[in-house]
Amino acid sequence: METTLCIDQYTPHKSASSGAAVASPKPERTLSYVDAVREATDQEMDRDASVILFGLDVDDPKAIQGTTRGLVEKYGPERVFGTPLSEDAMTGVAIGAALAGLRPIHVHIRMDFLMLSMNQLVNVAAKSSYMYGGKVKVPLVVRSMIGKSWGQGAQHSQGLYSFFMHVPGLKVVAPTTPYDAKGCLIAAIRDDNPVMYVEHRILHFQKGPVPEKLYTVNPGKARITSPGDDVTLVGISYMQLECLRAQRYLDDVGVSAEVIDPIWLAPLDIDTIVESVRKTGRLVVVDNGWTSCGASAEIVAQVTERLQGVRDVRVQRLGFAPVTCPTSPPLEAEFYPDSRRIAAVCNDLVHGKSQNWYPDERPELKDLEFKGPF
Amino acid sequence: MVIPKCAARPDCTREHGLELLYQMIRIRRFEEKCAELYSRGKIRGFLHLYIGEEGVAVGALAALDEDDAIVATYREHGQALVRGIPAGEIMAEMYGKANGCSRGRGGSMHLFDARRRFFGGNAIVGGGLPMAVGLALADKLQKRERATVCIFGDGAVAEGAFHESLNLAALWKLPVLFLCENNLYAMGTAIERHQSQTDIAQKGANYGIPAEAVDGMDVLAVEQVSRLALDGVRSGAGPFLLEARTYRFRAHSMYDAELYRSKDEVEQWKRRDPIAFLTARLREAHQLSDGELAALESRVAAEIDEAVAVAEGGPWEPLADLTKDVYTPQSTVGAGITQATRASRNAVSQPQVTP
Repeated sequence: METTLCIDQYTPHKSASSGAAVASPKPERTLSYVDAVREATDQEMDRDASVILFGLDVDDPKAIQGTTRGLVEKYGPERVFGTPLSEDAMTGVAIGAALAGLRPIHVHIRMDFLMLSMNQLVNVAAKSSYMYGGKVKVPLVVRSMIGKSWGQGAQHSQGLYSFFMHVPGLKVVAPTTPYDAKGCLIAAIRDDNPVMYVEHRILHFQKGPVPEKLYTVNPGKARITSPGDDVTLVGISYMQLECLRAQRYLDDVGVSAEVIDPIWLAPLDIDTIVESVRKTGRLVVVDNGWTSCGASAEIVAQVTERLQGVRDVRVQRLGFAPVTCPTSPPLEAEFYPDSRRIAAVCNDLVHGKSQNWYPDERPELKDLEFKGPF
Repeated sequence: MVIPKCAARPDCTREHGLELLYQMIRIRRFEEKCAELYSRGKIRGFLHLYIGEEGVAVGALAALDEDDAIVATYREHGQALVRGIPAGEIMAEMYGKANGCSRGRGGSMHLFDARRRFFGGNAIVGGGLPMAVGLALADKLQKRERATVCIFGDGAVAEGAFHESLNLAALWKLPVLFLCENNLYAMGTAIERHQSQTDIAQKGANYGIPAEAVDGMDVLAVEQVSRLALDGVRSGAGPFLLEARTYRFRAHSMYDAELYRSKDEVEQWKRRDPIAFLTARLREAHQLSDGELAALESRVAAEIDEAVAVAEGGPWEPLADLTKDVYTPQSTVGAGITQATRASRNAVSQPQVTP
């Protein structure tokens, strides 16, 4: 598959007022998101014999889009094994194994399927530490993927991480880049708490610099992916890419957007976002889910609570249309926010709606067409 | 179905018989005290009494080794006592005191003691079954020869987790003893109204799991069948499903008018009281005198008085601890929820790709 989707986040985009951005050190190596996930798993399994990996088809030749390739051969069927579907029971099995000292990674090829695991995740995994007086820990990683386009439809497309952000005791991470995919997965595996590790199917095709060594991208730290002055643009998971594209469109009208990737949604680094909004006075949060009670609602609420009476702030959320994801191509395209719509919303906040600006599509900023499979 | 008749059990010594009786009386008196403390407002919330079912926990747990794990339900005071969690820690937990076995945070339904391999205390019906399979999976993967006994009620059999768990345990030949405490009611719903096949032991066959039903009012029978079942489980033969047919003499929880069953039915079952049953057997065999029984009772009474004193004297957890242990503090990664507020200072503007 083409990798035109990839925007290089490592060479900071020259924003209107950011001046001379500091160039990152030259990446030593480029890896795809898929390979970053695979390498993180491999290195942690190599380092720590208590790490085990399971889920439907993790040992299948397709190897979960390649993210588990070669692992069963290397670590054997006792540490890497396919399972019956049984999402509910397998989640409980993972919890039991974690209580017994293992560090399970449970893989689901769509986030939608986690609805079958909710009882164990919310009622057991999240609560065990607290409910049992801090005497046990549940080191567990649950990997799942959000689908988009190609007619994924109602039950293969949902970004439901806000469900998990709501529950004390769970951590939630949604890395965008291959660099973060590896660093966050290593951090998640080493974490002594249940961590919901959320991938996006389209991000799997991203390529970027990934160091060979082991490193962690720790909970509770956001990243300013590109500095700016006029509007703070927070993009979650795949929407981070659309925000970076939107930033390019905004350059054309002289609007300087500061783009932030929260990376970890729980714990959430609200301070970094608040500091940015303190500077810009404008906040747009673009989510990979519905806006109602979602991650965008949470971020906007927290920023407003912090800055009310301190700074006049204008806010806007963008997310899925408040409908079930349709498979009809034109409706499906309308269902998602895209870079041009994001740019227009930002411009409205800065210059007012009267401008009625909507950018013409630039071919190099066009979204990649996902052609499947899965 | 085979219900072993335990008219004679050559391997049961007098001492062992008295120990089983003692454990059942402990549970009975402990829970009677709980009910009293509940009516006095000392214990709040839910309180699910096990009275009438003591033979199941005492019989099955007598067959366990120290290394074996137990996963229980919300009706688990008896199992916790027999497992060796001190009565004072259990009572303090009922009170919500910080010296309770779950620091007073779990309450009656969340007794827990990982050191004694007692993994709860779970208030979601069927919620513990998968966890038991996971504990057993970890044992198998790490080549530890021990078993996990997974206790659940007849109500849990209607949950998907029951079927998923039995399938997984059978598929991977895991060392789990699935122990169904069939007390004939899922809360207020009789088994005929919630199961198409009321013979729960029959359900093992579909998964290729050997199964047996046993008279849960006969502690000796429960112990005997549990030992046989665990022999197979420990030998690597895979899981076993044991259905103990029993009855709770008290309400489902403390507020339950019991309109779903007749007083006559309850009285019929009370005639099969597991404590009275064993007492009679021991007396018939001239193994229990009035004096010995009185001594047992006073030993239990002293233990319960002590437990109440431990609970009464225990401290409340300080308010400052409200947010403690939501997350396990991180030792390896060095980050956690508490670091989040400092994050803006730490936020990285670009990935650090330098070696």
